[in-house]
Amino acid sequence: MTSISKPPVRHPGLPRNALGLTTRDYEGGMSTLCAGCGHDSITAAIIQAVWELDLPPHRAAKLSGIGCSSKTTAYFMRQSHGFNAVHGRMPAVASGVHAANRELVCIGVSGDGDSLSIGLGQLCHAIRRNVDLLYVLENNGVYGLTKGQFSASADVGSKSKRGEPNVQPPIDPVLLAITLGATFVARGFSGDKKQLVPILKAGLTHRGFALVDVISPCVTFNDHEASTKSYRFTRGHRHELAPVDFIPVTHEIAAAAEPGAPLPVTMHDGSVVRFRAVGEDYDPTNRDAAYAHIRRLQSQGDVVTGLLFIDERAADMHSVNGTVDEPLTGVPYEQLCPGSAALEALQEEYR
Amino acid sequence: MQPTDVTDPRYYHKVVDCQWGCPAHTNVPEYIRLIAQGRYTESYLLNRASNVFPGILGRTCDRPCEPACRRTRVDGKPVAICRLKRVAADLRDDVREFLPQIPAQKNGKRIALVGAGPASLTVANDLMPLGYQCVLFEKLDRPGGLMRTNIPAFRLPANVLDEEVAMILDMGVDLRLGTPITSMRALLSQGYDAVFVGSGAPKGKELDVPGRWDTDRIHIGIEWLESVHFEHVTSIGERVLIIGVGNTAMDCCRSSRRLGGRDIKVMARRSRKYFKASPWELDDAIEEGVEIVENHAPKRFIIENGRLTGMEFERLRWTETDGKQRSEVIDTLTIPCDDVILAIGQENAFPWIERDIGIEFNDAGMPIVDRMTMECSRAGVFFGGDAAWGPENIIWAVEHGHQAAISIHNHCERVPLTERPAYGMNLVSAKVGMHAWRYSNDYSPAPRAAMTHVELTQRFQKLNVEVELGFTAEQTAHEVERCLNCDIQTHFTAPLCIECDACVDVCPVNCLTITTDGPEEDLRTRLSAPALNLRQEIYVSAALPQTQRVMVKDEDVCLHCGLCAERCPTAAWDMREFELLIPYAGRRVDFGLRSADVNARVGGSDRQSAVGDLTPR
Repeated sequence: MTSISKPPVRHPGLPRNALGLTTRDYEGGMSTLCAGCGHDSITAAIIQAVWELDLPPHRAAKLSGIGCSSKTTAYFMRQSHGFNAVHGRMPAVASGVHAANRELVCIGVSGDGDSLSIGLGQLCHAIRRNVDLLYVLENNGVYGLTKGQFSASADVGSKSKRGEPNVQPPIDPVLLAITLGATFVARGFSGDKKQLVPILKAGLTHRGFALVDVISPCVTFNDHEASTKSYRFTRGHRHELAPVDFIPVTHEIAAAAEPGAPLPVTMHDGSVVRFRAVGEDYDPTNRDAAYAHIRRLQSQGDVVTGLLFIDERAADMHSVNGTVDEPLTGVPYEQLCPGSAALEALQEEYR
Repeated sequence: MQPTDVTDPRYYHKVVDCQWGCPAHTNVPEYIRLIAQGRYTESYLLNRASNVFPGILGRTCDRPCEPACRRTRVDGKPVAICRLKRVAADLRDDVREFLPQIPAQKNGKRIALVGAGPASLTVANDLMPLGYQCVLFEKLDRPGGLMRTNIPAFRLPANVLDEEVAMILDMGVDLRLGTPITSMRALLSQGYDAVFVGSGAPKGKELDVPGRWDTDRIHIGIEWLESVHFEHVTSIGERVLIIGVGNTAMDCCRSSRRLGGRDIKVMARRSRKYFKASPWELDDAIEEGVEIVENHAPKRFIIENGRLTGMEFERLRWTETDGKQRSEVIDTLTIPCDDVILAIGQENAFPWIERDIGIEFNDAGMPIVDRMTMECSRAGVFFGGDAAWGPENIIWAVEHGHQAAISIHNHCERVPLTERPAYGMNLVSAKVGMHAWRYSNDYSPAPRAAMTHVELTQRFQKLNVEVELGFTAEQTAHEVERCLNCDIQTHFTAPLCIECDACVDVCPVNCLTITTDGPEEDLRTRLSAPALNLRQEIYVSAALPQTQRVMVKDEDVCLHCGLCAERCPTAAWDMREFELLIPYAGRRVDFGLRSADVNARVGGSDRQSAVGDLTPR
């Protein structure tokens, strides 16, 4: 348990968003993670992103599984809905939440253990269904809560704190998601909010499954010399492939129309994700080319970051299933559950 | 931007706003912590080391510390620093055994002190322990100066004053009461090694308008207060006008209230914004039924049949153009009265200093005194308190006394007066365990404690019923927790930082930013929260090891809650208790470390000390 708490006073000049709220209003409980944990920085980045998007806290649902990362949903947006699911089962719960109330903004937070080991199947199917969900994968390469064993994302050759090298090849969530047909794939670094916040905002705005893999160093078990997920290693090997600006729908988009300007991608609500620099041989809207390019850079030892792939035209879960526009929670009970006579009539159709 | 040099005591001293604002650099946060621990005697002695008169100042100080207090910028009201000082003074034990020892063997130097007010008493306080013989001349038959004759007993009880003055006199000061100095030439001829003039600004300003000299019911404020003190005056008319709205005016109107005044008006030329009186003194006067009248300029006294019957005023309207205040007269009106007290300021008067003995005066009749050394144009003659540059306040007089004592000691030791002993500092980690610090780092949201006053009916019965009752134990307990402990510094060691952002994210008041380096004006635009107060410095670290960016801290509203240090995984942030080491005459600050060692150890050690210069004010 923590014995420290954050004083309620705030900076007198703290800016307010369109709802009249400051970033302090989007905070949650005090973190009980280790001091210096990358996850806490990601929490701060999420707070910044939802504040900048003027997201009303009561219109958001926070979903998580088990692990250090999954604790963090308690540390932001104390006025939002939340569900802390069993280990690896957050995507199923998130699918249910979104099925029942498509108006809620769903924020899922998971870790490399929760997502890539016990919950890998759940993750794959949530991607496949294109559930409208921001899925933040706080990736530190170790099982922190059980004292630092390698996780499924640990790189070959990366050493544990006690010096043993990892020999199993890693599962890369970014490449996995692209092959599975994910419609929004990004990678950030907890130590760079300037990059991470626009990515999170784009992911929250994206209609469909938005995977944001965030390298989040574990200060206690994986921030040492021989780690490939430490602050120092990540800073030394990071390659920012596709830096983006997020321009909300309320702003005028001037530069986007100019010829030769950076690549703009218009989101379903009219806001724009603008890629500031994309190389000649790279197109973040072309799945095959993106995959090949990322793969090539990674094989050179680079930690590729940025908004790596986006497909804003794909249909999400509700469109595929043809559900009503109105959230199911708002549909009258008699209509949602029309009774046994209606059920029998339905079954009759299949006889 | 140049990385901030925190080995210079100046930087951390400036973070402690109250201590920086105090002319005598009283270590406020530490004395408040001592009060919180119930260590009143230690708290009193810590106070006494710098401000010499904690009991007196705890009631009467002008409190430059309070407007400076960081708490004002956090929740609107400063910590009640002054009244906490009084708590320590009221609840302490006998301190006599802890006062400086006076050597039986004197050093053979004799110092003449003119006027037994706070400035001269401070000089004696600093020099007696060094073996000096101090001869203190006072024209009245009691010591204390304006602290005694001009501050009414309902604000400062005589026993408090007597005790603190006695602490100094009992060091063996040769006090000569009823001995006005009438000739500086004669005094200088008596072979003193140095002379200190602390004779105050004893002359009230005149208001020479028609009718001034036609009645005996017009009084000069400070002279009238003195007469009240000596009980030469024991009554006043029912209708009293006070001209002027400084703190003397407040003492005059409240004293009038106790001597029979019923309808008392304080007449001000300008609006409340420009009043010189401290806001709390104005409040106390208003509470006692005194009326404050704004924008009235005195025109003439109305005398009928040799009797003062009223006073004529012009009502003014003030307008501001190009930063200049202009007034226009609306109309003229007469306010009836029985007595008028003039409290429109004080002047110095040195008719007793001959103009041909090497002491130069300026056109305004003021001696030319060096701001740093307190010496006038004649070597060995020093000025301090109101005598030096006109009316200030007690706490400035004390600081003048300290500086003059250093100069007198240098003068007697044949050391150039400009060789001032350096200020120093100690910086010691406040960490004592997991989530445990050597100070109360939890932020208390309690509002400022309000002083309880004696009932109005009781306070007018006698002239010396002290109005303020002092804080209760509960009020004290709440008020000490409001202090933000600004002397517990957030100390940063750049080479240890891994740039994880934990401190930036956790800071409740957005003080911290990690960003690329740049000039100060540019850096200030890139902070986590806008820098509202440009008088507060920003701290800039050396380049951080991983990205060469810098850690920037805007000191303005830091709560000193220690969360940055709590959340720092590498102890790059630490909370360190800063102690300003103030030199006094003959007592250089003692570090225990040579400054060369200090520079080599910056950051590496959890304890460091340093020396530096504080620009004299």
